[in-house]
Amino acid sequence: MIDFGFKLSPSSRIDLDKVDRTLLKRIADMEPDFKKCMACGSCSATCSAGAYKATSMRRAILALQNGLTNKALEELESCMLCGKCTLVCPRGINTRHLILSIQKICGEK
Amino acid sequence: MIYEGKQKIWSDYQKEIPDDHYFYVRSCIRQSFFPASEAAFLHITRNILNKDIFETEHHTTCGGIAYHSDAIPQETAMTIIARQFALMKKYGYENYVCSCITSFGLYCETMETWREFPDLKEKIAENLWKSCKLEFAVPKFLVHASDMIYKYRNQIAAHAKFKLVDHKTGKPLKVVEHIGCHYSKMFPSKGVGGAEYPYVLAGMIEAWGGEVVDYPERRHCCGFGFRQYFVKSNRGYSLSNTYKKFESMEPYEPDLIITNCPGCPYFMDRWQYVIAESEGKTYGKNGHGIPVMTYEEVAGLVLGFDPWDLGLQTHQIGPEPLLDKMGIPYNPEEKYKGKNGKDLGQPRQLDCIR
Repeated sequence: MIDFGFKLSPSSRIDLDKVDRTLLKRIADMEPDFKKCMACGSCSATCSAGAYKATSMRRAILALQNGLTNKALEELESCMLCGKCTLVCPRGINTRHLILSIQKICGEK
Repeated sequence: MIYEGKQKIWSDYQKEIPDDHYFYVRSCIRQSFFPASEAAFLHITRNILNKDIFETEHHTTCGGIAYHSDAIPQETAMTIIARQFALMKKYGYENYVCSCITSFGLYCETMETWREFPDLKEKIAENLWKSCKLEFAVPKFLVHASDMIYKYRNQIAAHAKFKLVDHKTGKPLKVVEHIGCHYSKMFPSKGVGGAEYPYVLAGMIEAWGGEVVDYPERRHCCGFGFRQYFVKSNRGYSLSNTYKKFESMEPYEPDLIITNCPGCPYFMDRWQYVIAESEGKTYGKNGHGIPVMTYEEVAGLVLGFDPWDLGLQTHQIGPEPLLDKMGIPYNPEEKYKGKNGKDLGQPRQLDCIR
């Protein structure tokens, strides 16, 4: 094979047709309200931990939908379970409980 | 939607393309990448459409490559451009047509900058007078050469000897159209159809009997991008962009790719070889790639020009499967013959792609 001195860069593209949805389905089965999220970001805006560390419920949910489990766990790692996100969620999702379920199913903490 | 309303919205996406009397400027790189494209444009517009297209040997580069590579500052590029425009005025023209998309984008950027900053415009006029003793001018209309072919696409179709149709089955060929980023992504109002619905090439394909392929990465850049290519270690980024596009269009099995930019057809043509060599993948049938052509070359084929006179032998991907499909006769023995039958020499035959 010819060495051109350069090669294809790995793609950061997410092909939703190829994403493994097993964990997502387990989370949705345990927390049916998970599907109600409309990604408004109210939870992230009010997050106490988010003011100091990269913590965002909205980004965690997006990462799970894109099959990026580790990224979702990183986003929730600094959560202090204060529950302010639950108070502000316009869809009434028990986000505090959802965070615990995500961490439980994804095998962390 | 109300039809009249739809027509009104679409009319906002159109640009005015004058009928005749143009000052033509060539591209730096197209003449070596696609040696017959500009000659084909001049032949079609002058001899078939009977238009007045003037060109002079005194025009130079627009400075776009040096400007986009950060080798010269904007004011230098502007003075070079002012000289081109001054030549247009000197020869008595008001309409400016350029062959290159990079030039077209840079002309748009320059004219817009002059409109926003009149002081700078005056300074450039002064620079021009000091350096060249030429009178400053701005074109009344600035168009790209593909705009002109688009405007006269139906007249070309009326003269057509071949169509973008499989002559055996009668089915339209599946054609990918790729618009150069500098055509309408920077200044959407300067391109036919704007940045959202660029129609300049799609209009040609439809007029000449083909079917436009709408695929997910249709508006993605080819990857040329100047800096990505000029620095060798960055070329993987350029290659990856092209790869992304080909992976996206592959399921639609296109017969042909038409472009209106100097860099896009070159890279989409040549990178197919690099992908075949390094990844072992080809995107056409039976080890062939997908032919990538300029709009002038396709217009020439439609009008019945000899494929070798159009310079199709200089492409990496052989055009033969397309010519066979369209029913265009060609002599394989003439493929590498130059002007007056001169032997150009044959390239090495590749195993990985044809």
